[in-house]
Amino acid sequence: MNVAGDGFHRLVVIGHGPTGHRLVEALRERDTGRRWQVTVIGEETRSAYDRVALTSHLTEGADLAYPAHDPEVTLLTGDPVTGIDRAERVVTTGSGRRVGYDALVLATGSSPFVPPVPGRDLPGVFVYRTIDDLEALRAYSAALAEPVSGTVVGGGLLGLEAARALQGLGLDTHVVEVAPWLMPRQLDEGGGAMLRRHIEALDMQVHAGTPMAGLAAGDDGRVARVEFGDGSAIDSRVVVFSAGIRPRDELARGCGLPVGERGGIVVDEGCRTADPAIYAVGECALVGGQVYGLVGPCFSMAEVVADRLLDGGATFAGADTSTKLKLMGVDVASFGDPFAAALDVTYTDPVAGVYKRLVVSDDARTLLGGVLVGDADSYPTLRAYIGGQLPGTPEQALFGGTEAAGGDLPGSTVICSCNNVSADTIRCAIRDDSLTELAEVKGCTRAGTTCGSCVPLVKKILDAELTAAGIEVSKALCEHFPHSRSELFDIVRVRGITTFTQLITEHGQGRGCDICKPAVASILASLGNGHILDGEQAALQDTNDHFLANMQKNGTYSVVPRIPGGEITPDRLIVIGEVARDFGLYTKITGGQRIDLFGARVDQLPAIWKRLVDAGFESGHAYGKALRTVKSCVGSTWCRYGVQDSVAMAIRLELRYRGLRAPHKLKSAVSGCARECAEAQSKDFGIIATERGWNLYLSGNGGMRPRHADLFATDLDDQTLIRYIDRFLMFYIRTADRLQRTASWLESLDGGIDYLREVIVDDRLGLCAELDAAMDRHVAAYSDEWRDTLEDPDKLRRFVSFVNAPDTPDPSIRFEPERDQIKPVLLAGPELEVVTR
Amino acid sequence: MTAELTVPTRSDRWTDVCGFVDLMPERGACALVDGVQVAIFRTFDGELYALSNFDPFSGAYVLARGILGTRNGAPTVASPMYKQVFDLRTGQCLDDEQVVVPTYPVRHNSAGRVEVSLP
Repeated sequence: MNVAGDGFHRLVVIGHGPTGHRLVEALRERDTGRRWQVTVIGEETRSAYDRVALTSHLTEGADLAYPAHDPEVTLLTGDPVTGIDRAERVVTTGSGRRVGYDALVLATGSSPFVPPVPGRDLPGVFVYRTIDDLEALRAYSAALAEPVSGTVVGGGLLGLEAARALQGLGLDTHVVEVAPWLMPRQLDEGGGAMLRRHIEALDMQVHAGTPMAGLAAGDDGRVARVEFGDGSAIDSRVVVFSAGIRPRDELARGCGLPVGERGGIVVDEGCRTADPAIYAVGECALVGGQVYGLVGPCFSMAEVVADRLLDGGATFAGADTSTKLKLMGVDVASFGDPFAAALDVTYTDPVAGVYKRLVVSDDARTLLGGVLVGDADSYPTLRAYIGGQLPGTPEQALFGGTEAAGGDLPGSTVICSCNNVSADTIRCAIRDDSLTELAEVKGCTRAGTTCGSCVPLVKKILDAELTAAGIEVSKALCEHFPHSRSELFDIVRVRGITTFTQLITEHGQGRGCDICKPAVASILASLGNGHILDGEQAALQDTNDHFLANMQKNGTYSVVPRIPGGEITPDRLIVIGEVARDFGLYTKITGGQRIDLFGARVDQLPAIWKRLVDAGFESGHAYGKALRTVKSCVGSTWCRYGVQDSVAMAIRLELRYRGLRAPHKLKSAVSGCARECAEAQSKDFGIIATERGWNLYLSGNGGMRPRHADLFATDLDDQTLIRYIDRFLMFYIRTADRLQRTASWLESLDGGIDYLREVIVDDRLGLCAELDAAMDRHVAAYSDEWRDTLEDPDKLRRFVSFVNAPDTPDPSIRFEPERDQIKPVLLAGPELEVVTR
Repeated sequence: MTAELTVPTRSDRWTDVCGFVDLMPERGACALVDGVQVAIFRTFDGELYALSNFDPFSGAYVLARGILGTRNGAPTVASPMYKQVFDLRTGQCLDDEQVVVPTYPVRHNSAGRVEVSLP
């Protein structure tokens, strides 16, 4: 490299999109001697984010930001580069900065192509590429008075993503494609037609093969109509252009670098422009006469340049443009060359909505390409065989016969095309670094970290390697049961087991412990086996459940009556105050909108609860792995901004799920508008009101590992909302591990929230009726645990201080005053009475 | 119910604390004997054990409220506070070999009563 000075060299990267980000990360990882001092200059005010997932940012609130670079990298955002002085090796920015370079990388990306039609500049016309585009679209749509129509111009990959966004914004969505079928670059006519059926089944209208004449304004001067060449028109108050991309090559043009006829900065196989100090990568580059719009090839170019900057000789030799995406539940995949002139084998199932086509060489042995619509499960395997010999007949390949057991794939097969990771690379990483978890493999090899479509294949390779190495990860609950909690749940449910003794005698060994006993108690309770202190079940309960209260550090208990939705009458509030005063309890408001009374001795609990039950209170199950609270904001009844009655919904949900035992505690909240005052997105199930119903968020968590809940479904009516929550809870209760919150449970589900949607909404497992029935049984069987306990002398027997002196209070329990209330005093230090051997 | 001695007597001074049927199977109860809190446990097979009720890890008198079970065949109780497990026969903490809690002789007499003996 011809550079001035010694020590470090100055690298300037223009553009901080995914490709620019990848270039910097790749360089920093390899440049261990810190040869390059890196400055990145980005036009957007945000640092790099995952543009590919833009729509899920809208529909699921996904956080798209890429991890920050190390602090030695200088990142200048919101300041576009306006000129390059190649003689001086200096770039100039909009704010007047001048930054010198020894090497320069153009990673300027592309801009959406807007065809030159009349009306393209009207208010209400958008493009769809950046978070700012998305925010503008969202703000404009939200300000429209009533539900209206929106149109996406462009029925390709990006256009359909934009259509998903429009539908997510609640618009009646139209897709206009000038070609005769959808996704014409990736799909053949049959695949395009099948995709159209799926899209239309999702209540989107497809207008294909009709040229657009222009956009017309309404009386308000904003866009109101899309007009076609044949004289027809559709009403549309929002229009999004997503009809292809144009490389952002204006900086290169401005400094005299050669560009292609149809745009794109001309680079050689090392991604170098005509100026040896300047490279171009990603969508702005024209390499081998082609501009690449997919993230995989763009990342490959970034890797090539990182290598070249460190004197390597890497080349970019074209790229696999295979694609798989999931559009609102519809799998679409295209791989290899689906348009090759050779033999093809086609399968169409109009009932299931499945279309598959494989293109094979004339001898039907070599796979050249193909298209999958409606079922793309075999995509990772098929793509891996492109250009190679199929292990069986094309039919077997079509119907999953080649679903290779990961171990069989040839070593050179590229498993992750986004990051160019081969099967051998994955296998070596697993062996050399003794990896046993999928997350570790992803972290070490980057395989599956971009589009994720190869993750099932990576998992299979991992499983095959682990099996070959004789490693088996134990799922056993404890020494007494060789089963996981979910396996035990199924055993108990299917065999109708109702006692721990029967379960451990027939399926375990020994006599249980503090791990398996409460877990089994929870399973028995979830399946509705009466009061948790009935018969043998009582002995299984943890001390909190055993005394229906929460043990505190000095052996006393706290008491939490249920206050559904946080709504309470003054009279009841006074009762709580009186009880706390009369029993001398420390009183604190909880985070879940209720009141916790501390310092009750075991022998006081029945008397305290007698007073509370008589005043109409019920157990709040603060002591159980069960539903805790459903918080709410005040909602539309009082709040100027509320759009739904969040309090009524919170109460309804809390009363429905109270007493439901689960693998761990469950928290919920309902917000009456998008301001989200109830913090529903940090809950196991959170509900946020919309103008048209409720948005449901699942598997959030506060606590030690906070996690925002994922948006599961939008604009639900009351009944659908409740059914979805019913199924979510029952499916979680059935399948989660012991003490696994819904957040980590969802993260452990293969397929994540999409899979959950298939189970709950599409009933893919055929389980919904069973889950619904289970919840209906729970609701019908609910009874207040404390009221039942007070009515049963046998259950009350346990609430004594001493079995031989029931009227003597425990002398070890002492309090001292603090801020006008009590606080516990531990009489003995932890060492006292310990016999040390 | 036949008379049986579950722990050899080390003292002649036995204190009656409760009826055998007052103890729940696979659960503990606390007795106050001469000012000492004694946790008495009845395991699934009807055996009786007695430990100090004092949990050395938390400094609270709570061992009687722990969950009973077995570890490698040994009868155990897990402290309800921080879940350390103790061998009911010896008081040895199985999660920290430095820690042992006192044990007391306990028996179930022919009248169906439970008695403990303090040194």
